[in-house]
Amino acid sequence: MKALCWYGKFKVRVVNVPEPRILNPRDAIVRVTATAICGSDLHLYDGVIPMMKKGDILGHEFMGEIVEVGSGVKNLRAGDRVVVPFNIACGGCFFCQRGLWSLCDNSNPNAALAEKEFGFSEAGLFGYSHLYGGYAGGQAEYVRVPFADVGPLKVPQALSDEQVLFLSDIFPTGYMAAENCNIQPGDTVAIWGCGPVGQFAIRSAYMLGAGKVIAIDAEPARLKMAEKDGKAVTLVSDLDVPQKLIDLTAGRGPDACIDAVGLEAHARLHDTRYDQSKKDWDLSTKYPHVLTQAIQACRKGGTISVPGVYAGAMNKFPFGAAFAKGIALKMGQTHVHRYMRPLLKRIQNGEIDPSFVITHRLPLEDAANGYSIFNEKEDDCVKVVLKP
Amino acid sequence: MKLLKGSRRRIVARSSRASVTHNQGVKVVQKITINRSAEELYHFWRNLENLPQFMTHLESVRVTDGKKSHWVARAPLGNKIEWDAEIINEKEPSLLAWRSREDSDLQNAGTVRFQPAPAGRGTEVIVSLEYVPPAGQLGKAFAKLLQETPEHQIHDDLRRLKWLMETGEIPTTHGQPVGPSR
Repeated sequence: MKALCWYGKFKVRVVNVPEPRILNPRDAIVRVTATAICGSDLHLYDGVIPMMKKGDILGHEFMGEIVEVGSGVKNLRAGDRVVVPFNIACGGCFFCQRGLWSLCDNSNPNAALAEKEFGFSEAGLFGYSHLYGGYAGGQAEYVRVPFADVGPLKVPQALSDEQVLFLSDIFPTGYMAAENCNIQPGDTVAIWGCGPVGQFAIRSAYMLGAGKVIAIDAEPARLKMAEKDGKAVTLVSDLDVPQKLIDLTAGRGPDACIDAVGLEAHARLHDTRYDQSKKDWDLSTKYPHVLTQAIQACRKGGTISVPGVYAGAMNKFPFGAAFAKGIALKMGQTHVHRYMRPLLKRIQNGEIDPSFVITHRLPLEDAANGYSIFNEKEDDCVKVVLKP
Repeated sequence: MKLLKGSRRRIVARSSRASVTHNQGVKVVQKITINRSAEELYHFWRNLENLPQFMTHLESVRVTDGKKSHWVARAPLGNKIEWDAEIINEKEPSLLAWRSREDSDLQNAGTVRFQPAPAGRGTEVIVSLEYVPPAGQLGKAFAKLLQETPEHQIHDDLRRLKWLMETGEIPTTHGQPVGPSR
Protein backbone atom coordinates (compact mmCIF):
# COMPACT_ATOMS: atom_id res chain seq x y z
CA MET A 1 0.00 0.00 0.00
CA LYS A 2 1.00 3.64 -0.28
CA ALA A 3 1.94 5.58 2.85
CA LEU A 4 3.52 8.94 3.64
CA CYS A 5 6.81 8.32 5.47
CA TRP A 6 9.18 10.61 7.36
CA TYR A 7 12.85 10.82 6.36
CA GLY A 8 14.13 13.87 8.21
CA LYS A 9 13.73 17.62 8.26
CA PHE A 10 11.57 18.69 5.27
CA LYS A 11 11.87 15.14 3.92
CA VAL A 12 8.68 13.16 3.61
CA ARG A 13 7.59 10.98 0.70
CA VAL A 14 4.95 8.49 -0.32
CA VAL A 15 6.38 4.99 -0.55
CA ASN A 16 5.08 1.45 -0.87
CA VAL A 17 4.93 -0.45 2.42
CA PRO A 18 3.29 -3.72 3.51
CA GLU A 19 -0.35 -3.53 4.57
CA PRO A 20 -0.98 -3.52 8.32
CA ARG A 21 -2.39 -6.59 10.05
CA ILE A 22 -4.08 -7.36 13.34
CA LEU A 23 -1.41 -7.65 16.05
CA ASN A 24 -3.55 -7.69 19.21
CA PRO A 25 -7.10 -8.90 19.94
CA ARG A 26 -8.49 -5.38 20.36
CA ASP A 27 -7.08 -4.12 17.02
CA ALA A 28 -8.99 -3.19 13.89
CA ILE A 29 -7.78 -2.42 10.39
CA VAL A 30 -9.28 0.66 8.74
CA ARG A 31 -9.26 1.42 5.01
CA VAL A 32 -8.60 5.15 5.05
CA THR A 33 -11.02 7.25 2.99
CA ALA A 34 -9.84 10.68 4.16
CA THR A 35 -6.86 11.90 6.17
CA ALA A 36 -5.50 15.35 6.93
CA ILE A 37 -2.17 17.00 7.61
CA CYS A 38 -2.23 18.54 11.08
CA GLY A 39 -0.36 21.65 12.12
CA SER A 40 1.39 19.43 14.64
CA ASP A 41 2.61 17.23 11.74
CA LEU A 42 4.58 20.30 10.66
CA HIS A 43 6.57 20.07 13.90
CA LEU A 44 7.65 16.59 12.72
CA TYR A 45 8.30 17.98 9.23
CA ASP A 46 10.42 20.76 10.73
CA GLY A 47 12.35 18.17 12.74
CA VAL A 48 11.68 19.69 16.17
CA ILE A 49 10.05 16.59 17.71
CA PRO A 50 12.59 14.07 19.03
CA MET A 51 12.65 10.30 18.61
CA MET A 52 11.50 10.00 15.01
CA LYS A 53 12.92 7.21 12.81
CA LYS A 54 13.35 7.16 9.07
CA GLY A 55 10.46 5.29 7.46
CA ASP A 56 7.90 6.19 10.16
CA ILE A 57 4.40 6.52 8.68
CA LEU A 58 2.85 9.87 9.69
CA GLY A 59 -0.74 10.97 10.14
CA HIS A 60 -3.08 11.09 13.12
CA GLU A 61 -6.21 12.65 11.58
CA PHE A 62 -8.02 9.99 9.60
CA MET A 63 -11.26 8.13 9.04
CA GLY A 64 -12.44 5.29 6.90
CA GLU A 65 -14.07 1.91 6.69
CA ILE A 66 -13.42 -1.03 9.02
CA VAL A 67 -12.09 -3.96 6.99
CA GLU A 68 -11.10 -6.35 9.78
CA VAL A 69 -11.45 -6.58 13.56
CA GLY A 70 -9.57 -8.62 16.17
CA SER A 71 -11.29 -11.22 18.36
CA GLY A 72 -11.66 -8.71 21.20
CA VAL A 73 -13.63 -6.11 19.21
CA LYS A 74 -17.36 -6.78 19.52
CA ASN A 75 -18.84 -3.37 18.77
CA LEU A 76 -17.53 -2.92 15.22
CA ARG A 77 -17.68 -4.99 12.07
CA ALA A 78 -16.31 -4.86 8.55
CA GLY A 79 -18.05 -2.13 6.57
CA ASP A 80 -18.61 0.27 9.50
CA ARG A 81 -17.67 3.85 8.69
CA VAL A 82 -15.65 5.37 11.52
CA VAL A 83 -13.62 8.39 12.52
CA VAL A 84 -10.66 7.57 14.77
CA PRO A 85 -9.30 9.69 17.68
CA PHE A 86 -5.65 10.62 17.36
CA ASN A 87 -4.83 9.32 20.82
CA ILE A 88 -4.89 5.62 21.57
CA ALA A 89 -6.61 4.83 24.88
CA CYS A 90 -7.49 1.54 26.63
CA GLY A 91 -10.65 2.68 28.39
CA GLY A 92 -9.87 0.70 31.56
CA CYS A 93 -7.08 2.48 33.42
CA PHE A 94 -7.29 5.10 36.19
CA PHE A 95 -6.90 7.92 33.65
CA CYS A 96 -9.32 6.69 30.97
CA GLN A 97 -11.95 6.10 33.63
CA ARG A 98 -11.62 9.75 34.67
CA GLY A 99 -11.99 11.00 31.11
CA LEU A 100 -8.27 11.78 30.79
CA TRP A 101 -7.96 9.69 27.65
CA SER A 102 -4.77 11.31 26.34
CA LEU A 103 -3.05 10.26 29.57
CA CYS A 104 -3.91 6.55 29.20
CA ASP A 105 -1.50 4.32 31.13
CA ASN A 106 -1.62 1.37 28.79
CA SER A 107 -1.24 2.35 25.15
CA ASN A 108 2.40 3.37 24.83
CA PRO A 109 4.66 0.37 24.12
CA ASN A 110 7.64 2.68 24.67
CA ALA A 111 6.48 3.69 28.13
CA ALA A 112 10.01 3.26 29.49
CA LEU A 113 11.30 5.95 27.09
CA ALA A 114 8.53 8.35 28.06
CA GLU A 115 9.06 7.70 31.76
CA LYS A 116 12.69 8.63 31.37
CA GLU A 117 11.73 11.87 29.59
CA PHE A 118 8.60 12.93 31.50
CA GLY A 119 8.56 10.87 34.69
CA PHE A 120 5.47 9.06 33.40
CA SER A 121 4.20 7.78 30.08
CA GLU A 122 1.21 9.35 28.33
CA ALA A 123 -1.05 7.72 25.75
CA GLY A 124 0.31 6.44 22.47
CA LEU A 125 -0.49 8.57 19.41
CA PHE A 126 -0.72 7.61 15.76
CA GLY A 127 2.31 8.67 13.73
CA TYR A 128 3.84 10.97 16.32
CA SER A 129 7.33 9.78 17.30
CA HIS A 130 8.59 6.81 19.28
CA LEU A 131 8.27 8.79 22.49
CA TYR A 132 4.50 8.63 21.90
CA GLY A 133 4.55 4.90 21.07
CA GLY A 134 5.92 4.72 17.54
CA TYR A 135 2.56 3.73 16.03
CA ALA A 136 2.24 3.80 12.24
CA GLY A 137 -0.02 6.69 11.25
CA GLY A 138 -3.02 7.12 8.99
CA GLN A 139 -1.63 9.03 6.01
CA ALA A 140 -1.81 5.69 4.23
CA GLU A 141 -4.29 3.47 2.44
CA TYR A 142 -4.76 1.28 5.51
CA VAL A 143 -4.01 1.72 9.20
CA ARG A 144 -4.05 -0.53 12.25
CA VAL A 145 -6.13 0.90 15.12
CA PRO A 146 -5.35 -0.53 18.59
CA PHE A 147 -8.10 -0.57 21.27
CA ALA A 148 -10.59 -0.25 18.42
CA ASP A 149 -13.39 -1.25 20.80
CA VAL A 150 -12.84 2.08 22.61
CA GLY A 151 -11.72 4.75 20.14
CA PRO A 152 -13.39 4.72 16.71
CA LEU A 153 -16.77 6.48 16.44
CA LYS A 154 -19.32 5.25 13.91
CA VAL A 155 -20.56 8.17 11.84
CA PRO A 156 -23.90 8.57 10.08
CA GLN A 157 -23.98 8.17 6.30
CA ALA A 158 -25.82 11.50 6.00
CA LEU A 159 -22.62 13.37 6.84
CA SER A 160 -19.71 13.56 4.39
CA ASP A 161 -16.13 12.56 5.22
CA GLU A 162 -15.11 16.22 5.20
CA GLN A 163 -17.80 17.11 7.75
CA VAL A 164 -16.74 14.49 10.32
CA LEU A 165 -13.00 13.95 9.64
CA PHE A 166 -11.92 16.68 12.05
CA LEU A 167 -13.59 14.94 15.00
CA SER A 168 -10.30 12.98 15.02
CA ASP A 169 -8.35 15.94 16.37
CA ILE A 170 -8.68 19.62 15.53
CA PHE A 171 -12.36 20.21 16.33
CA PRO A 172 -12.07 18.53 19.76
CA THR A 173 -8.68 20.23 20.24
CA GLY A 174 -10.08 23.71 19.56
CA TYR A 175 -13.11 22.89 21.68
CA MET A 176 -11.11 21.60 24.67
CA ALA A 177 -8.88 24.68 24.42
CA ALA A 178 -11.99 26.84 24.82
CA GLU A 179 -13.48 24.62 27.51
CA ASN A 180 -10.21 24.89 29.47
CA CYS A 181 -10.78 28.67 29.56
CA ASN A 182 -13.74 28.17 31.92
CA ILE A 183 -15.63 30.78 29.89
CA GLN A 184 -18.29 32.78 31.74
CA PRO A 185 -21.08 34.45 29.74
CA GLY A 186 -19.73 37.58 28.07
CA ASP A 187 -16.04 36.78 28.56
CA THR A 188 -13.43 38.07 26.13
CA VAL A 189 -11.10 35.39 24.79
CA ALA A 190 -7.88 36.15 22.89
CA ILE A 191 -6.55 33.44 20.60
CA TRP A 192 -3.02 33.41 19.16
CA GLY A 193 -2.87 31.40 15.94
CA CYS A 194 -5.62 31.23 13.32
CA GLY A 195 -4.58 27.90 11.89
CA PRO A 196 -7.08 25.05 11.96
CA VAL A 197 -7.05 24.62 15.77
CA GLY A 198 -7.35 28.38 16.28
CA GLN A 199 -10.31 28.50 13.88
CA PHE A 200 -12.13 25.79 15.84
CA ALA A 201 -11.19 27.46 19.14
CA ILE A 202 -12.79 30.73 17.94
CA ARG A 203 -16.07 29.01 17.10
CA SER A 204 -15.96 26.85 20.26
CA ALA A 205 -15.38 29.92 22.48
CA TYR A 206 -18.57 31.48 21.09
CA MET A 207 -20.45 28.16 21.54
CA LEU A 208 -19.40 28.23 25.21
CA GLY A 209 -20.67 31.75 25.80
CA ALA A 210 -17.82 34.14 25.00
CA GLY A 211 -18.97 37.68 24.30
CA LYS A 212 -15.99 38.59 22.17
CA VAL A 213 -13.16 36.61 20.59
CA ILE A 214 -9.99 38.37 19.47
CA ALA A 215 -7.88 36.39 17.00
CA ILE A 216 -4.20 37.05 16.30
CA ASP A 217 -2.16 35.84 13.33
CA ALA A 218 0.26 37.08 10.67
CA GLU A 219 -1.47 35.52 7.66
CA PRO A 220 -4.14 37.69 6.00
CA ALA A 221 -6.10 34.71 4.67
CA ARG A 222 -6.30 33.13 8.12
CA LEU A 223 -7.33 36.42 9.72
CA LYS A 224 -10.00 36.80 7.06
CA MET A 225 -11.37 33.32 7.82
CA ALA A 226 -11.38 34.18 11.54
CA GLU A 227 -13.16 37.48 10.95
CA LYS A 228 -15.60 36.65 8.19
CA ASP A 229 -16.70 33.13 9.14
CA GLY A 230 -15.58 33.07 12.77
CA LYS A 231 -16.91 36.53 13.73
CA ALA A 232 -13.70 37.29 15.63
CA VAL A 233 -12.08 40.69 16.05
CA THR A 234 -8.65 40.31 14.46
CA LEU A 235 -5.16 41.62 15.16
CA VAL A 236 -2.04 41.24 13.08
CA SER A 237 0.69 39.71 15.25
CA ASP A 238 3.37 42.17 16.32
CA LEU A 239 5.11 43.29 19.47
CA ASP A 240 2.21 45.55 20.45
CA VAL A 241 -0.40 42.82 20.67
CA PRO A 242 -0.51 42.81 24.51
CA GLN A 243 -1.14 46.59 24.61
CA LYS A 244 -3.74 46.33 21.83
CA LEU A 245 -5.55 43.59 23.76
CA ILE A 246 -5.55 45.71 26.90
CA ASP A 247 -6.94 48.64 24.85
CA LEU A 248 -9.62 46.42 23.27
CA THR A 249 -10.77 45.44 26.75
CA ALA A 250 -10.66 48.99 28.15
CA GLY A 251 -7.78 48.21 30.47
CA ARG A 252 -8.89 44.93 31.99
CA GLY A 253 -7.30 42.42 29.65
CA PRO A 254 -8.87 39.31 28.06
CA ASP A 255 -10.44 36.93 30.58
CA ALA A 256 -8.73 34.02 28.88
CA CYS A 257 -5.97 33.53 26.34
CA ILE A 258 -5.39 30.55 24.05
CA ASP A 259 -2.00 29.67 22.59
CA ALA A 260 -2.95 27.78 19.43
CA VAL A 261 0.56 28.12 18.01
CA GLY A 262 2.88 25.98 20.12
CA LEU A 263 6.60 25.59 20.22
CA GLU A 264 7.39 27.06 16.83
CA ALA A 265 5.91 30.52 17.39
CA HIS A 266 7.49 32.57 14.66
CA ALA A 267 10.69 34.46 15.09
CA ARG A 268 9.13 37.65 13.75
CA LEU A 269 7.94 38.20 17.31
CA HIS A 270 11.49 38.42 18.68
CA ASP A 271 11.21 41.00 21.35
CA THR A 272 14.72 41.33 22.66
CA ARG A 273 18.14 41.56 21.14
CA TYR A 274 19.23 38.98 23.68
CA ASP A 275 16.80 36.48 22.25
CA GLN A 276 17.86 37.21 18.70
CA SER A 277 21.46 36.55 19.58
CA LYS A 278 20.47 33.38 21.42
CA LYS A 279 18.62 32.32 18.32
CA ASP A 280 21.62 33.10 16.17
CA TRP A 281 23.95 31.09 18.33
CA ASP A 282 21.79 28.35 19.68
CA LEU A 283 19.37 26.81 17.23
CA SER A 284 17.79 24.71 19.93
CA THR A 285 16.45 27.76 21.75
CA LYS A 286 12.68 27.66 21.95
CA TYR A 287 10.74 30.88 21.48
CA PRO A 288 7.95 31.26 24.05
CA HIS A 289 6.81 34.49 22.40
CA VAL A 290 3.14 33.67 22.27
CA LEU A 291 3.08 32.52 25.88
CA THR A 292 5.01 35.62 26.91
CA GLN A 293 2.47 37.88 25.20
CA ALA A 294 -0.44 35.91 26.63
CA ILE A 295 0.91 36.17 30.18
CA GLN A 296 1.43 39.91 29.67
CA ALA A 297 -2.03 40.55 28.22
CA CYS A 298 -4.23 38.19 30.22
CA ARG A 299 -6.32 39.83 32.93
CA LYS A 300 -5.41 39.14 36.58
CA GLY A 301 -6.83 35.82 37.71
CA GLY A 302 -7.46 34.81 34.09
CA THR A 303 -6.74 31.55 32.33
CA ILE A 304 -4.19 30.63 29.70
CA SER A 305 -5.09 27.53 27.72
CA VAL A 306 -2.44 25.84 25.59
CA PRO A 307 -3.58 23.45 22.85
CA GLY A 308 -0.42 24.20 20.83
CA VAL A 309 2.16 21.44 21.08
CA TYR A 310 5.27 21.95 23.20
CA ALA A 311 8.29 19.65 23.57
CA GLY A 312 11.50 19.82 25.52
CA ALA A 313 12.52 22.62 27.87
CA MET A 314 11.82 26.31 27.30
CA ASN A 315 13.95 29.38 27.90
CA LYS A 316 12.85 32.72 29.35
CA PHE A 317 9.38 31.69 30.37
CA PRO A 318 7.99 34.59 32.47
CA PHE A 319 6.80 32.47 35.32
CA GLY A 320 7.05 35.33 37.80
CA ALA A 321 4.48 37.42 35.94
CA ALA A 322 2.15 34.43 35.66
CA PHE A 323 2.51 33.89 39.41
CA ALA A 324 2.02 37.56 40.32
CA LYS A 325 -1.19 37.75 38.27
CA GLY A 326 -2.63 34.53 39.61
CA ILE A 327 -2.90 33.03 36.14
CA ALA A 328 -4.31 29.51 35.70
CA LEU A 329 -2.47 27.47 33.08
CA LYS A 330 -4.30 24.61 31.35
CA MET A 331 -2.68 22.43 28.74
CA GLY A 332 -2.11 18.99 27.31
CA GLN A 333 -3.00 16.65 24.49
CA THR A 334 -6.73 16.61 23.79
CA HIS A 335 -8.92 13.95 25.39
CA VAL A 336 -10.52 13.37 21.99
CA HIS A 337 -12.70 10.45 23.13
CA ARG A 338 -14.49 12.80 25.56
CA TYR A 339 -15.61 15.21 22.84
CA MET A 340 -16.37 13.10 19.76
CA ARG A 341 -20.01 12.31 20.54
CA PRO A 342 -21.12 15.73 21.79
CA LEU A 343 -19.37 17.47 18.90
CA LEU A 344 -20.84 15.03 16.36
CA LYS A 345 -24.21 16.09 17.76
CA ARG A 346 -23.38 19.75 17.16
CA ILE A 347 -22.46 18.90 13.55
CA GLN A 348 -25.70 16.96 13.10
CA ASN A 349 -27.67 19.88 14.58
CA GLY A 350 -26.14 22.18 12.00
CA GLU A 351 -24.37 24.35 14.60
CA ILE A 352 -21.10 23.98 12.70
CA ASP A 353 -19.82 22.44 9.46
CA PRO A 354 -16.15 21.68 10.13
CA SER A 355 -15.33 21.44 6.43
CA PHE A 356 -15.14 25.27 6.34
CA VAL A 357 -11.45 25.02 7.27
CA ILE A 358 -10.37 22.96 4.22
CA THR A 359 -8.49 24.93 1.59
CA HIS A 360 -6.64 22.12 -0.22
CA ARG A 361 -7.69 18.65 -1.36
CA LEU A 362 -4.99 16.39 -2.75
CA PRO A 363 -4.59 12.71 -3.57
CA LEU A 364 -2.46 10.78 -1.04
CA GLU A 365 0.23 10.43 -3.74
CA ASP A 366 0.75 14.22 -3.52
CA ALA A 367 1.09 14.25 0.26
CA ALA A 368 4.70 15.47 0.21
CA ASN A 369 3.59 18.44 -1.85
CA GLY A 370 0.79 19.02 0.64
CA TYR A 371 3.32 19.23 3.50
CA SER A 372 5.35 21.78 1.59
CA ILE A 373 2.32 23.94 0.72
CA PHE A 374 1.00 23.81 4.29
CA ASN A 375 4.40 24.53 5.83
CA GLU A 376 5.01 27.54 3.57
CA LYS A 377 1.36 28.64 3.87
CA GLU A 378 1.46 28.89 0.09
CA ASP A 379 -1.69 29.73 -1.73
CA ASP A 380 -3.43 30.78 1.54
CA CYS A 381 -3.28 27.20 2.79
CA VAL A 382 -5.10 26.53 6.06
CA LYS A 383 -5.93 22.82 5.92
CA VAL A 384 -4.92 20.00 3.59
CA VAL A 385 -7.08 16.88 3.21
CA LEU A 386 -5.60 13.83 1.49
CA LYS A 387 -7.66 11.18 -0.30
CA PRO A 388 -6.03 7.75 -0.63
CA MET B 1 26.70 -4.92 35.68
CA LYS B 2 27.71 -2.56 38.40
CA LEU B 3 24.95 -3.73 40.64
CA LEU B 4 26.08 -7.31 40.63
CA LYS B 5 29.67 -6.55 41.41
CA GLY B 6 30.69 -7.34 44.91
CA SER B 7 27.70 -9.51 45.43
CA ARG B 8 29.19 -12.58 43.75
CA ARG B 9 30.16 -14.24 46.95
CA ARG B 10 30.17 -17.86 47.81
CA ILE B 11 27.21 -18.96 49.73
CA VAL B 12 28.62 -20.03 53.06
CA ALA B 13 25.47 -20.92 54.87
CA ARG B 14 21.91 -21.62 53.98
CA SER B 15 19.07 -21.00 56.29
CA SER B 16 16.37 -23.60 56.29
CA ARG B 17 13.71 -20.89 55.98
CA ALA B 18 14.87 -18.90 52.98
CA SER B 19 17.08 -19.90 50.12
CA VAL B 20 18.88 -16.57 49.98
CA THR B 21 20.99 -16.11 53.04
CA HIS B 22 20.73 -12.77 54.79
CA ASN B 23 23.01 -10.13 53.26
CA GLN B 24 24.27 -12.57 50.63
CA GLY B 25 22.18 -11.56 47.65
CA VAL B 26 20.91 -8.75 45.51
CA LYS B 27 17.57 -7.40 46.64
CA VAL B 28 15.14 -5.55 44.40
CA VAL B 29 11.86 -3.97 45.46
CA GLN B 30 9.47 -2.51 42.89
CA LYS B 31 5.89 -1.24 43.15
CA ILE B 32 3.03 -0.48 40.79
CA THR B 33 -0.66 0.39 41.15
CA ILE B 34 -3.04 -1.69 39.03
CA ASN B 35 -6.69 -0.82 38.46
CA ARG B 36 -7.94 -4.30 39.41
CA SER B 37 -8.95 -6.04 42.62
CA ALA B 38 -6.41 -7.79 44.85
CA GLU B 39 -8.33 -11.05 44.33
CA GLU B 40 -8.02 -10.88 40.56
CA LEU B 41 -4.29 -10.08 40.72
CA TYR B 42 -3.59 -12.68 43.38
CA HIS B 43 -5.25 -15.45 41.39
CA PHE B 44 -3.41 -14.51 38.21
CA TRP B 45 -0.06 -14.55 40.01
CA ARG B 46 -0.84 -17.67 42.08
CA ASN B 47 -1.15 -19.56 38.83
CA LEU B 48 2.63 -19.36 38.44
CA GLU B 49 2.43 -20.63 34.86
CA ASN B 50 1.11 -17.13 33.97
CA LEU B 51 4.34 -15.42 35.03
CA PRO B 52 6.20 -15.74 31.67
CA GLN B 53 3.39 -13.67 30.08
CA PHE B 54 4.84 -10.58 31.72
CA MET B 55 8.29 -11.63 32.98
CA THR B 56 10.09 -11.70 29.66
CA HIS B 57 13.27 -13.35 30.93
CA LEU B 58 11.23 -16.44 31.92
CA GLU B 59 10.68 -19.04 29.26
CA SER B 60 8.32 -21.17 31.32
CA VAL B 61 7.10 -22.04 34.77
CA ARG B 62 5.59 -25.47 35.24
CA VAL B 63 3.67 -26.31 38.39
CA THR B 64 4.77 -29.79 39.39
CA ASP B 65 2.54 -30.27 42.39
CA GLY B 66 0.53 -27.75 44.40
CA LYS B 67 3.22 -25.58 45.88
CA LYS B 68 6.16 -26.85 43.81
CA SER B 69 7.21 -25.59 40.41
CA HIS B 70 9.99 -25.78 37.83
CA TRP B 71 11.29 -22.49 36.37
CA VAL B 72 13.22 -22.02 33.12
CA ALA B 73 14.83 -18.65 32.33
CA ARG B 74 16.37 -17.55 29.03
CA ALA B 75 20.09 -16.93 28.86
CA PRO B 76 22.19 -15.66 25.94
CA LEU B 77 23.21 -17.95 23.04
CA GLY B 78 20.25 -20.21 23.57
CA ASN B 79 21.37 -21.21 27.06
CA LYS B 80 18.91 -21.74 29.83
CA ILE B 81 18.97 -21.44 33.58
CA GLU B 82 16.59 -23.78 35.40
CA TRP B 83 15.58 -24.21 38.99
CA ASP B 84 12.89 -25.65 41.20
CA ALA B 85 10.92 -23.46 43.54
CA GLU B 86 8.23 -23.80 46.14
CA ILE B 87 5.62 -21.51 47.61
CA ILE B 88 6.49 -20.95 51.23
CA ASN B 89 3.72 -18.57 52.27
CA GLU B 90 0.31 -17.64 50.86
CA LYS B 91 -2.33 -15.39 52.35
CA GLU B 92 -5.10 -14.96 49.82
CA PRO B 93 -5.47 -12.32 48.44
CA SER B 94 -2.71 -10.23 49.99
CA LEU B 95 0.59 -12.17 50.03
CA LEU B 96 2.50 -14.80 48.15
CA ALA B 97 6.10 -15.88 48.84
CA TRP B 98 8.32 -18.43 47.10
CA ARG B 99 11.92 -19.54 47.10
CA SER B 100 14.17 -21.76 45.07
CA ARG B 101 15.06 -25.18 46.42
CA GLU B 102 18.37 -25.48 48.18
CA ASP B 103 20.12 -27.36 45.39
CA SER B 104 19.20 -24.80 42.70
CA ASP B 105 21.74 -23.21 40.36
CA LEU B 106 20.11 -19.84 40.92
CA GLN B 107 19.39 -19.19 44.57
CA ASN B 108 16.42 -16.85 44.72
CA ALA B 109 13.36 -15.90 46.71
CA GLY B 110 10.46 -13.58 46.10
CA THR B 111 7.45 -12.03 47.76
CA VAL B 112 4.54 -10.22 46.20
CA ARG B 113 2.03 -8.23 48.23
CA PHE B 114 -1.34 -6.99 47.00
CA GLN B 115 -2.78 -4.18 49.09
CA PRO B 116 -5.71 -1.86 48.41
CA ALA B 117 -4.74 1.53 46.96
CA PRO B 118 -6.25 4.57 48.72
CA ALA B 119 -9.91 5.39 48.07
CA GLY B 120 -10.59 2.21 46.13
CA ARG B 121 -8.22 3.22 43.35
CA GLY B 122 -7.07 -0.28 42.47
CA THR B 123 -4.40 -2.40 44.11
CA GLU B 124 -0.81 -1.65 45.03
CA VAL B 125 1.47 -4.50 43.95
CA ILE B 126 4.78 -4.67 45.79
CA VAL B 127 7.34 -7.17 44.60
CA SER B 128 10.48 -8.02 46.51
CA LEU B 129 13.03 -10.31 44.87
CA GLU B 130 16.29 -11.52 46.24
CA TYR B 131 18.88 -13.68 44.52
CA VAL B 132 22.51 -14.68 44.73
CA PRO B 133 24.12 -14.21 41.34
CA PRO B 134 25.84 -17.48 40.52
CA ALA B 135 29.60 -17.68 40.04
CA GLY B 136 31.54 -18.97 37.02
CA GLN B 137 30.20 -19.42 33.49
CA LEU B 138 26.64 -19.56 34.68
CA GLY B 139 27.11 -16.29 36.52
CA LYS B 140 28.39 -14.62 33.37
CA ALA B 141 25.40 -15.88 31.43
CA PHE B 142 23.11 -14.63 34.15
CA ALA B 143 24.73 -11.21 34.20
CA LYS B 144 24.18 -10.96 30.45
CA LEU B 145 20.62 -12.08 30.89
CA LEU B 146 19.95 -8.98 32.95
CA GLN B 147 21.05 -6.51 30.34
CA GLU B 148 19.29 -3.74 32.18
CA THR B 149 19.51 -3.22 35.92
CA PRO B 150 17.40 -5.66 37.97
CA GLU B 151 15.30 -2.66 39.08
CA HIS B 152 14.44 -1.79 35.48
CA GLN B 153 13.79 -5.40 34.58
CA ILE B 154 11.29 -5.87 37.41
CA HIS B 155 9.73 -2.44 36.76
CA ASP B 156 9.21 -3.39 33.10
CA ASP B 157 7.77 -6.76 34.16
CA LEU B 158 5.29 -5.06 36.48
CA ARG B 159 4.30 -2.59 33.76
CA ARG B 160 3.55 -5.54 31.48
CA LEU B 161 1.48 -7.14 34.27
CA LYS B 162 -0.50 -3.91 34.57
CA TRP B 163 -1.03 -3.78 30.79
CA LEU B 164 -2.25 -7.39 30.76
CA MET B 165 -4.55 -7.04 33.74
CA GLU B 166 -6.06 -3.68 32.76
CA THR B 167 -6.43 -4.28 29.01
CA GLY B 168 -6.04 -8.01 28.39
CA GLU B 169 -3.11 -7.41 26.04
CA ILE B 170 0.36 -5.92 25.79
CA PRO B 171 0.61 -2.89 23.50
CA THR B 172 2.94 -3.43 20.60
CA THR B 173 4.05 -2.13 17.23
CA HIS B 174 6.06 -5.22 16.27
CA GLY B 175 4.89 -6.32 12.86
CA GLN B 176 3.38 -3.01 11.78
CA PRO B 177 4.31 -1.52 8.39
CA VAL B 178 7.24 0.85 8.12
CA GLY B 179 8.86 2.51 5.11
CA PRO B 180 12.33 1.61 3.90
CA SER B 181 14.96 3.06 6.23
CA ARG B 182 16.33 5.44 3.59
